[in-house]
Amino acid sequence: MKGFWHDAIEFFPILMNGVALTIVVTIGSLLLSTVLGLIWAMMRVSGIKALSMLSASLINVIRGIPIIVLLFYLYFVMPDLGVTLSALQAAILGLGIAYSAYQAENFRAGIEAIDKGQIEAAQSIGMGWWLTMRRVVLPQAVRIVLPPYGNVMIMMLKDSSQASTITVAELALQGKLIASSTFKNTNVFTLVALMYLTMSIPLILLVRHFEKRAGKR
Amino acid sequence: MIELKDVHKSFGKVEVLKGITAKVEKGEVVCIIGPSGSGKSTILRCINGLESYDRGEISVEGLKVDRDAPSIVAIRTKVSMVFQRFNLFPHRTALENVIEGPLFVKKEPRAQAFERGRALLARVGLAEKADVHPPQLSGGQQQRVAIARALAMQPKAILFDEPTSALDPELVGDVLGVMRKLADEGMTMVVVTHEMGFARDVADRVLFIDGGVIVEQGPAKALLNQPQHPRTQDFLRRVLHPL
Repeated sequence: MKGFWHDAIEFFPILMNGVALTIVVTIGSLLLSTVLGLIWAMMRVSGIKALSMLSASLINVIRGIPIIVLLFYLYFVMPDLGVTLSALQAAILGLGIAYSAYQAENFRAGIEAIDKGQIEAAQSIGMGWWLTMRRVVLPQAVRIVLPPYGNVMIMMLKDSSQASTITVAELALQGKLIASSTFKNTNVFTLVALMYLTMSIPLILLVRHFEKRAGKR
Repeated sequence: MIELKDVHKSFGKVEVLKGITAKVEKGEVVCIIGPSGSGKSTILRCINGLESYDRGEISVEGLKVDRDAPSIVAIRTKVSMVFQRFNLFPHRTALENVIEGPLFVKKEPRAQAFERGRALLARVGLAEKADVHPPQLSGGQQQRVAIARALAMQPKAILFDEPTSALDPELVGDVLGVMRKLADEGMTMVVVTHEMGFARDVADRVLFIDGGVIVEQGPAKALLNQPQHPRTQDFLRRVLHPL
């Protein structure tokens, strides 16, 4: 145990560099996946058949490709097509695109759960499609969408470790580098796991809070 | 003011409106009565453009109702609608429900919208409920807020789709009272209702609809007291004397 604490103090600053990058990748890809997911969901519920089909196809393609392959594609294949991305950019883009499909389905389910009478009431006072969405549907859908959104945040935090496969020195890769140079696998990876857990717990509590609020309605 | 000419409407293979022709003049109160599934609500929903119609023509002040045309917004601001299940926005207070249309559709100045909104809530007897959210209001109160919301658009006419059907019997009177006041003030109203007392006392004309056609129409008292068509007689007998 004494050895563990000694190692913890020694490796903590290096691992914290990884934590910083993990947070950057998670927040960046969360924002991107939210924006893209909203766009796909809006296309799905737009009532315009071409947009709806395009969105459904995009979601299926994205869902059908493993995140790691998407990351490899963006980081290793895009330069062949003339687009060179840094490892961090590719990680944020890849995770953002991959999770946008799940976000879109979550947002769509939230939007479609709103009573049709709400939409008719909005239309009956002269609101157009966008105004109805902005003032009536989305504010109500947010409450439904928040608990699964919180779960996506937790999954993204953990899946940010996949960025290590394209050399982003986030927490998992920092741990792997320390372990391979010191051979202190047990201590290093226990420390890495504890750090992921520490970041996840506030998010887990947040999800519980969202669920309670949604249940109160 | 509102004109329907040979309006047909089908849902799939079921034709629910089979050639409805009717006129509603300015200031007139017209009640539509008839059995469930006869097409009463569909008529209102077609007038407001919430449903499309297959054939015929509906016009409001000479403007053709086409739910896919940009003019539908202008028609909906002229003809408001009150729903059976109120359809208030639960995430907004009573006052916010009322001023939503004026603020965001009509782009009224904020202070003016708030002032008018409070006045309208007072008009339906709910001044003290301005800051309450709909789930905390009774059904009757919610329906009165919905009427205030409809009035906030300063419409030329209001369509009421069974406004008291979802209410506890003891709350019906409050809503009918507000509607009677509106009628007395000269508001053009088309009311789908099962409240025969209201139709007799307040309506100028009554249309009896069955199977998607107007079976009989005429002055309210005459039609309700001395219906001519056997189907109307049978319907009124069942509604007024169910036992």
